[in-house]
Amino acid sequence: MLDRTLNEQLRGLDKGEYSSVDLTRAYLDKISANNQLNCFISIADDALQQANEADKLRASGSAKPLLGIPIAHKDIFCQSGVKTTAGSKMLDNFVAPYDSTVVARLRQAGVISLGKTNMDEFAMGSSNESSYYGSVKNPWEESCVPGGSSGGSAAAVAARLCSAATGTDTGGSIRQPAAFCGVTGIKPTYGRVSRWGMIAYASSLDQAGPIATTAQDCALLLAQMAGHDPKDSTSSKNETDDYLGKLDKDIKDVTIGLCTEHIQSLDSSMSQILDQVVKKLELLGASFKEISLPTSHLAIPAYYIIAPAECSANLSRFDGVRYGYRCEAPVNLEDLYKRSRSESFGAEVKNRIMVGTFALSAGYYDAYYKKAQQIRRLIKNDFLSAFEKVDVILGPTTPGPAFAIGEKSDDQVAMYLQDIFTISANLAGLPAMSFPAGFIGKLPVGMQLTGRYFDEARLLNIAHQFQQDTRWHKQQPGDLL
Amino acid sequence: MRSDWEVVIGLEIHTQLSTASKIFSGSSTRFGAEPNTQASAVDLALPGVLPVVNEGVYPKAIAFGLAVGATIGKKSSFDRKNYFYPDLPKGYQITQMDHPIVQGGEVEISLPDGAIKVIRITRAHLEEDAGKSLHEDFQGMTAIDLNRAGTPLLEIVSEPDMRSSAEAVAYARTIHQLVTYLSVSDGNMAEGSLRCDANVSIRRHGARTLGTRTETKNVNSFRFLERAIEFEIERQINVLESGGRIKQETRLYDPDKDETRPMRSKETATDYRYFPEPDLLPVVIDEAFIESVRATMPELPAQKRSRYENDLGLTPEDSRILSSELGLATYFECCVEACEDAGLAANWVRGDLLGNLNRDGLTIDQAPLDAETLGQIINRIKDQTISGKIAKTIFTALWEGRADSVDQYIASEGLVQVTDASALEPIVDKIIAENPAQAEQYRSGKTKLLGFFVGQVMKETAGKANPKQVNDLVKSRLG
Repeated sequence: MLDRTLNEQLRGLDKGEYSSVDLTRAYLDKISANNQLNCFISIADDALQQANEADKLRASGSAKPLLGIPIAHKDIFCQSGVKTTAGSKMLDNFVAPYDSTVVARLRQAGVISLGKTNMDEFAMGSSNESSYYGSVKNPWEESCVPGGSSGGSAAAVAARLCSAATGTDTGGSIRQPAAFCGVTGIKPTYGRVSRWGMIAYASSLDQAGPIATTAQDCALLLAQMAGHDPKDSTSSKNETDDYLGKLDKDIKDVTIGLCTEHIQSLDSSMSQILDQVVKKLELLGASFKEISLPTSHLAIPAYYIIAPAECSANLSRFDGVRYGYRCEAPVNLEDLYKRSRSESFGAEVKNRIMVGTFALSAGYYDAYYKKAQQIRRLIKNDFLSAFEKVDVILGPTTPGPAFAIGEKSDDQVAMYLQDIFTISANLAGLPAMSFPAGFIGKLPVGMQLTGRYFDEARLLNIAHQFQQDTRWHKQQPGDLL
Repeated sequence: MRSDWEVVIGLEIHTQLSTASKIFSGSSTRFGAEPNTQASAVDLALPGVLPVVNEGVYPKAIAFGLAVGATIGKKSSFDRKNYFYPDLPKGYQITQMDHPIVQGGEVEISLPDGAIKVIRITRAHLEEDAGKSLHEDFQGMTAIDLNRAGTPLLEIVSEPDMRSSAEAVAYARTIHQLVTYLSVSDGNMAEGSLRCDANVSIRRHGARTLGTRTETKNVNSFRFLERAIEFEIERQINVLESGGRIKQETRLYDPDKDETRPMRSKETATDYRYFPEPDLLPVVIDEAFIESVRATMPELPAQKRSRYENDLGLTPEDSRILSSELGLATYFECCVEACEDAGLAANWVRGDLLGNLNRDGLTIDQAPLDAETLGQIINRIKDQTISGKIAKTIFTALWEGRADSVDQYIASEGLVQVTDASALEPIVDKIIAENPAQAEQYRSGKTKLLGFFVGQVMKETAGKANPKQVNDLVKSRLG
């Protein structure tokens, strides 16, 4: 039953093939047997109790859409009464006193929370190596990274330690680990899912979304996560689309764009995989057009101004005064601030806070922050004109497959280039998803679809149709207990 | 020499908007609660929380802007002002830098010598208040109370248009009057609802450039504002005349010692690194909304003053005093409506009513008799039921709670004015008969004694006689 998709598990529960307690117990056993992957920061000690209640509810005829399905939450989502660390020593002692909207909505839909997944510290990283709780290992090859920052969530789904998990994506943090781990993940339009209770990294870019094995499961989860939330002023009031209902449409009327600038940069193995995906989608009836995103090369520099600038302010609240880590015996206020922060933030977080602080400083603001915002508008305009010609844009999620743990730790720019294909969607606020599309060696790679604002249903539809006809998403890493 | 120097003052006034809940959270803004009982997850800046603007702040800020003739920003957005302080939980304050809701404007202030001066307003912007650091009672530690964190403020920034502490105080009073008139703020200075930062510099008369300024922060009474500015002027003159230079710095006024002293030096101060608040989308304020706010605005003090003077025919002094506070003006206007005599109403409100309020330390809302009742007293004078003297007796009885209503008291105490000549004539005759010497003197030309006779008659009738009628009677009897 652990090999099944979330949708299949729901049917199994409905038919009484197994109970939620069975499912939950099996996952807990598998999680503990695969501790070496380091996917989880904490395991819910009440998971079986939640499952038991779900079984009772099911017996009493409850129609909650995801009733009894165990999932995992990225440890960036506050969950009342549960330790919520954001992968940082700073919050190692922080037990959230309230629920994030994502956690609350999914619980309302009936899910069981198995635990909190590992992540790059404060979601800053592309490899999960910046976590205070240590690197997550890629289930396909344990010497490799799972990607980041939602690496724990993607690896857990890949290893079938849960059928689905929540993630967040600021510059590719759902899509890149989904690609590296051979699973499916979607970053919705900015504002589609509430950010309330999601620990902020870069507020204008952060967006929550699901990671699962299939597009269908992502649709099931997104349907519950999406929607307006009065507690998040940036959350959209648009009606939530019918993600599930539109999965089965054919894609004959769909025009897919291929970005010239991206294709030119690909190595031959990735290029071949893209070609095969294009052929498959053509067989399904889609037509293709080449489009240009001329400012896409500016996305990474713009991102690495805007995200650090916002994070430099967002992380100011972690000051050792009200909660979180506080240094021993501070001699005065400045000492309290300096040591509490220096002793508990990791190197990548410190680096970004300093870059952001610099970029916002008097005399530099116009040259950096303001310029980056101008670039952001250009990138958005590029997409808007591309979407006059095509419905979605297809390309690889990452330049290559997962790299070895430690391989890029000393080369920050190489690490940042991991996000070259994913970052633009965050800067423009567009929905984008990654789905498994093949292997390079024994490592999976993913393809990315980027769509118009609030067109998540179309992305899920195309990925679902592709998955009806392919088996990449069904591949599982071997050698696991 | 003080007269060698020109003083230049600009004020930043933080006025607390009178909304029931905070600007970015649903916590109550009630004053005086137990520490940290009005601090929600948002006010504590827990990880993951987000601000949501309390829309009640917009009409208040716009009303102020319209009242001072400002431009209302069509796009109103918030920015983050970054600095670390324990009573600032997020490590940044949400404020308005680039797009303040109120842009420009001016107010007229009346100076003690009766002159009118225009003070320009640079801008007024919305922001959140910080919490409170408590240093006493904690033995070397600092305690934080976040009840005040997130309280909505309108920061009103003036141009450096004031030239004396008296002008600064007159300006602050005018702003206080406006915000209370408009119900933008309760204006309660003791509770910190209106706090002034005074930017003060001096320069030689005729100098074109401004001198280096100091900013004295958080002055919370008009008297302290005057004292703080006076102290600062003297201090700066002393520094410059003894060859020193003024340091640009933030200072604090200590009312106990009546002095200002440095808080922190701006030269080493933080760079606030303002940038647009990504958690809040810009709000577009359209013309229809502005007009809907305008429609609910009350008549402003300056308009009332000129209406009292021009339409009601009051003296400039009466007009100024009666329009000075919305409560007082409303009382006066209700009284006029009840008695239809603005002159008499003005006399009674300014004289007896304000006198008694001051004597008893009451505010206008606490006056023991309402405006309609006072109007009725005036009506009974006008219809000659009672004399002015009896009216004061009734007023006092009502004030002291010894009477229920005007007419009932007149009836029960038999205070109706005697206007029947046949009743008064015997009394007049009796008084003349009892005072033959004075009567003789009057007849021989000492007509000043008329008042004596009238007084005696009034006394005899316990004030109930009509004084004019008595006057006429005495004259004819002695003539």
